Amino acid sequence: MAAVQDAPVEADNEKEIKTETLNDAAGNHASAAGGVIPSPPVASTSSSGPAKAGGPGSEEQQTLMAVLQFLKKNNFVGAVDVLRREAGILEDSDESQGQELAASALGGAEAGDATCTLSRASSCTTSTPAVAAAPAKGARCAVVCVSAGGEDQPDVNVVLSAYSQQGDPALYQGYYSGLKKFVESVLDCHRAELSQLFYPLFVHMYLELVYNNHETEAKAFFEKFSGDQECYYQDDLRVLSGLTKKEHMKGNETLLDFRTSKFVLRISRDSYQLLKRHLQERQNNQIWNIIQEHLYIDIFDGMPRSKSQIDSMSGSLAGEAKREANKAKVFYGLLKEPEIDVPLDDEDEEGENEEGKPKKKKPKKDSMGSKSKKQDPNAPQQNRIPLPELKDSDKLDKIMYMKEATKRIRLGPESLPSICFYTFLNAYQGLTAVDFTDDSSLIAGGFADSTVRVWSVTPKKLRSVKSAADLNLIDKESDDVLERIMDEKSASESKILYGHSGPVYGVSFSPDRNYLLSCSEDGTVRLWSLQTFTCLVGYKGHNYPVWDTQFSPYGYYFISGGHDRVARLWATDHYQPLRMFAGHLADITCTQFHPNSNYVATGSADRTVRLWDILNGNCVRIFTGHKGPIHSLAFSPNGKYLASGATDGRVLLWDIGHGLMIGELKGHTDTVYSLKFSRDGEILASGSMDNTVRLWDSIKAFDDIETDDFTAATGHIHLPENSQELLLGTYMTKSTPVIHLHFTRRNLLLAAGAYNP
Amino acid sequence: MADREERRFAEVPRESIRLMAESAGVELSDDVAALLTEDVCYRLREATQNSSQFMRHAKRRKLTVEDFNRALRWSNVEAVCGYGAQDTLPFRPIKEGDLFFVEDREVNLVELALATNIPKGCAETMVRVQVSYLDGKGNLEPQGTVPSAVQTLSDDLLKYYQQITRSILGEDPHLMKVALLDLQSNSKIAALLPYFVYVISGVKSVSHDLEQLNRLLHMVKSLVQNPYLYLGSYVRSLVSSVMYCILEPLAASINPLNDHWTLRDYAALLLSHIFWTHGDLVSGLYHQILLSLQKVLSDPVRPLCSHYGAVVGLHALGWKAVERVLYPHLPAYWANLQAVLDDYSVSNAQVKADGHKVYGAILVAVERLLKMKALSLSVNAEGGIGGLPRPGGIMGCRESSPGLSPPPEPLSEPGLGIASHLHAGGAGCPWEDWTPVPLPAMYCELYSFFGDSLAVRFSTGPSLGNSPPAPLAQPPTTRKELPGGTANLDTARKMPQLTANLNISPRQDGSPHGEQGGGVGSAGASQSLARSSSSSSVQRSRSSSSRPGQRPSGLSRDVFPKARFNPLPAGPPIFSFVIGGRQMGRRCQGRRFQTTFTPSQPLSAVSSRTYAHKLPVIGRVGKPVRRWTCSQYSLHLPL
Repeated sequence: MAAVQDAPVEADNEKEIKTETLNDAAGNHASAAGGVIPSPPVASTSSSGPAKAGGPGSEEQQTLMAVLQFLKKNNFVGAVDVLRREAGILEDSDESQGQELAASALGGAEAGDATCTLSRASSCTTSTPAVAAAPAKGARCAVVCVSAGGEDQPDVNVVLSAYSQQGDPALYQGYYSGLKKFVESVLDCHRAELSQLFYPLFVHMYLELVYNNHETEAKAFFEKFSGDQECYYQDDLRVLSGLTKKEHMKGNETLLDFRTSKFVLRISRDSYQLLKRHLQERQNNQIWNIIQEHLYIDIFDGMPRSKSQIDSMSGSLAGEAKREANKAKVFYGLLKEPEIDVPLDDEDEEGENEEGKPKKKKPKKDSMGSKSKKQDPNAPQQNRIPLPELKDSDKLDKIMYMKEATKRIRLGPESLPSICFYTFLNAYQGLTAVDFTDDSSLIAGGFADSTVRVWSVTPKKLRSVKSAADLNLIDKESDDVLERIMDEKSASESKILYGHSGPVYGVSFSPDRNYLLSCSEDGTVRLWSLQTFTCLVGYKGHNYPVWDTQFSPYGYYFISGGHDRVARLWATDHYQPLRMFAGHLADITCTQFHPNSNYVATGSADRTVRLWDILNGNCVRIFTGHKGPIHSLAFSPNGKYLASGATDGRVLLWDIGHGLMIGELKGHTDTVYSLKFSRDGEILASGSMDNTVRLWDSIKAFDDIETDDFTAATGHIHLPENSQELLLGTYMTKSTPVIHLHFTRRNLLLAAGAYNP
Repeated sequence: MADREERRFAEVPRESIRLMAESAGVELSDDVAALLTEDVCYRLREATQNSSQFMRHAKRRKLTVEDFNRALRWSNVEAVCGYGAQDTLPFRPIKEGDLFFVEDREVNLVELALATNIPKGCAETMVRVQVSYLDGKGNLEPQGTVPSAVQTLSDDLLKYYQQITRSILGEDPHLMKVALLDLQSNSKIAALLPYFVYVISGVKSVSHDLEQLNRLLHMVKSLVQNPYLYLGSYVRSLVSSVMYCILEPLAASINPLNDHWTLRDYAALLLSHIFWTHGDLVSGLYHQILLSLQKVLSDPVRPLCSHYGAVVGLHALGWKAVERVLYPHLPAYWANLQAVLDDYSVSNAQVKADGHKVYGAILVAVERLLKMKALSLSVNAEGGIGGLPRPGGIMGCRESSPGLSPPPEPLSEPGLGIASHLHAGGAGCPWEDWTPVPLPAMYCELYSFFGDSLAVRFSTGPSLGNSPPAPLAQPPTTRKELPGGTANLDTARKMPQLTANLNISPRQDGSPHGEQGGGVGSAGASQSLARSSSSSSVQRSRSSSSRPGQRPSGLSRDVFPKARFNPLPAGPPIFSFVIGGRQMGRRCQGRRFQTTFTPSQPLSAVSSRTYAHKLPVIGRVGKPVRRWTCSQYSLHLPL
């Protein structure tokens, strides 16, 4: 559906990109393979200008120029001559060197780099339909947007050398204020769009000044214009403001993010033309260069967007997502459940009705395509991802689940769930993560003291299996062998799992309750057996703290993400990751499996949410709009929607199929650490650091938008300001931040957190 | 805009960098220092920035030292150790030169390892569940309102708070008991702790009402005993409230009918209880307490009841405290007390009665001091063969008397914070100069004050100093008596009987110990007096020389022996006091001390009214101390 709607626009887009191609024929992407010096633009509608001598050269050329300048300055005449003579050869070696550096600089990419590159390459192809038309795929004639493919190559030297060109530092303020004046003078409808330019321009101009050692000018520049920037860039500005020396640029991650990725802006064609004309008239090459080199302007036809529309989508570290990034088809439907004969013993008739429903952890909101037991058209192939076969115990559990589900309370604005709060006492500010099992029988906590603790919240105590010697003694044929293998002496309410050597930042139960995953600052993910309460595997791959991990709803697979910006997909029986999802520009802070286990969502400190396809490792969705690091994610039970919560206290709702933001829930005053949809998806619960649980009417939130005609083609939605209408309740805790939420199978809401006296 | 303000970073000055470099043996030129400074500032900012993510992921609001260290570690910088403590670190300036530094005290590892007061382990982390909101309702807070400071308490907590305070401070004693019991065992009142502490700090406003003070103290006790409460820094507040009850000249004390002495005793017990159970929560607490007690003791303008409080407070804190504070003060204090006790004028009667209370308290305190010291010496002598070569030193005693001696900090460290402030204000022996006095000398000196009132007897001959067996033999006998001897017996023997009408019998017959010991003791004392007086303070020698002719024996203080025999023939008995000292050997806590007080109402009431407006104060004794002339009475007990 989405594809159909998008078709005409894409055609336009293609045209646009082609013209862009002509404009910037040389391109300037780091991944250019050959050593040929690009020719200057042929049919340049935009004059490249004198300052940009030799045309908008590729980075290696710029490096070369810089070296030449340096040699000239230091009067190494001979060397200059030699260099000039051997320019071609040198360039080749430079290039390869650069590539090597690039490879080594990418910390996370070691063994499984192939996945990475695969994803990169495929994202290239999917995101740029124009490329297919171009004669040589991936070559320099590839358009500006192709350079997105090179964004994963954070080679500092190459990247920084882009700043070697410079104008007169004294004029920077003039350039900027000139642009500012211009933007203020344009028509209102264009002003908001053009204002988007300020922030990236500001940052790049500042960095250029710093790079070229104009410290005082840089400071003055920052002083003068930093106040104009949008408030949601505060955090980045704070980092930037500390940076006043070229030497400091090397290790700075935020800077690296800026330099390695193009800042994406969406601007309507009219506004863009205005800007271009202005810059041409003024001969304002400095700004034009920056726009060419460091910005990606996604031009669309149609109405310029309003300020609020822009604001709702911006805020991420690297601007908005490109439209192409969200065009891929996503199979968000649910998998068909295997048929299980439910023994209808003493259950009432409701049980029979429920039988037809899919037997799932998270059943669909309405039985879309399930009543007729037909395949959901939006669902992936049943075997798209190989899933583990159901064991007998799993089937039993499913039956239990269905029985429970018949007793489920239907929630709605009129019938709100009861909330039980699990308070961790005496946690001494050390509780970092919590998870419940699906049947709410166990609760696990990760602690800053490197321990993982598991409690039984039912009267049934936790028992471990007997030792091997004792197991030999028991009668294996007896009926209650499962009971006999348990060591009664070990029964206790809670167990402590030791093994990590750093704070445990994430815990996740396997759906069958036999395993527990935990990830820690020590860079490992550990798999624990809940039969023996010992560590089974330590998955090493992340070299940096792992912030979150999550089991697949079908077990077997799990995802982890951390400080190295790479999310990894693992299978419990492989010690190496199956997939690596690279693309985030900052730490991955939270991870979540799609209910159909074909996709994973990752939230990041770069303020974007990405959806990855497990099958091929592609990034299929990039959601921008958050203004702070994202700390919680939740898929709706029907798999259609995604909710994300961030440090700014806002919860955003996304339509996965269309790749659109469809709602904004404002109310929390602090980081939203937990989100959960009720079992039937009618209620979204959010728990936050501000000691409240809030309940939102998710049905209404989704309906409101669905009745609206999306304007899906442009993706420019008008978000209704209806947070207050959607808010069904605010529930205070007693100075206990809510860090986890869970709906029981009967829709009782469980919340957990540590009491902070 | 706001971000302009945020740009103000903490800057490390160039001088600091240069100083650091110098301390590392590098001389920096100006521009190098400037460059380095900027880099240091930047790196610090960077590390801080990086550390914040650890805070965020630990779901905390407070950035900890640990977070910062993690950031350092991940950027391959050595972590900074030694700052993980929960307490804030005092950042101190050096007067000359603008040098600031973080106090970094040396920790005596040996002491730490041998310390017997192993800190309580942290309470076990646990999960408790509670249905907070039934069907989305039962939301006790009005939804959507901004919670103010008070509203953060949920309704039921608020109700609980009201009920508890009402029943504790109310009339019904039975209700009070129930409330106190609940306060002792309720696991869910952590949120109310600050409020209760606030209520308790109200002692200052009810100082006229003994009953209320008592109830508040009981409340303190319940809170302290509640195993689910983490008192944290509230300990300080509780201690100050309790100290108020111990030390302040409460308004209730104006009326001698009010038994504020018991209150002080109870408060002192409570203080020691808090201190032993929760003293580790606040660093330097021990010293602060000691210093304020010392300050009161050394302030002659304070009323005697304050002094009494200080003494019982010290006593309750253990014999070490007595040794440290009371004992060195005794010579100075003695003169004043003696003056009060020797004044037999009618107008002084009330003051004198108070003085006797103080005397009794001191006596009990020093007796235990002697006993415990002897005991520790003996244990030390037994165990000391193995290689603890500190004879009688306080360190040597440490491990020998669990539950009594070890304060959480080493005694020798200087007081900090408030304590140091107090210290500056208080006139007293500086801690630094303090050295433990060997037992014989101590005994001699004490004997010179108390004479045979001291129940503990040692042979104070010159041989004692180098013969530990003597004290070794002695303590068991005194110990043995403890469980057997009734309160009455103890009272009779140990405490000075200031009885006008002999409403309790002195029971001299019940103290064979005193009989035997008396002879030895007096003989020993006579020998040792010369020695000890030479070393005793100037003031004491002055006071003792002030009445040279009173005591034929010239050995011990005569007031109390005299008082004991005087009453029958003496003129109209105006006061009837019983100052009872009881030793209670309860559990292993050591002996507790309590006084009972039974005023004979009609008589004292008459006279006290005259003086009701002023409290007995040593400093206010206007007239010259009357000399005691009847020297024939100043004999030792003819036992």
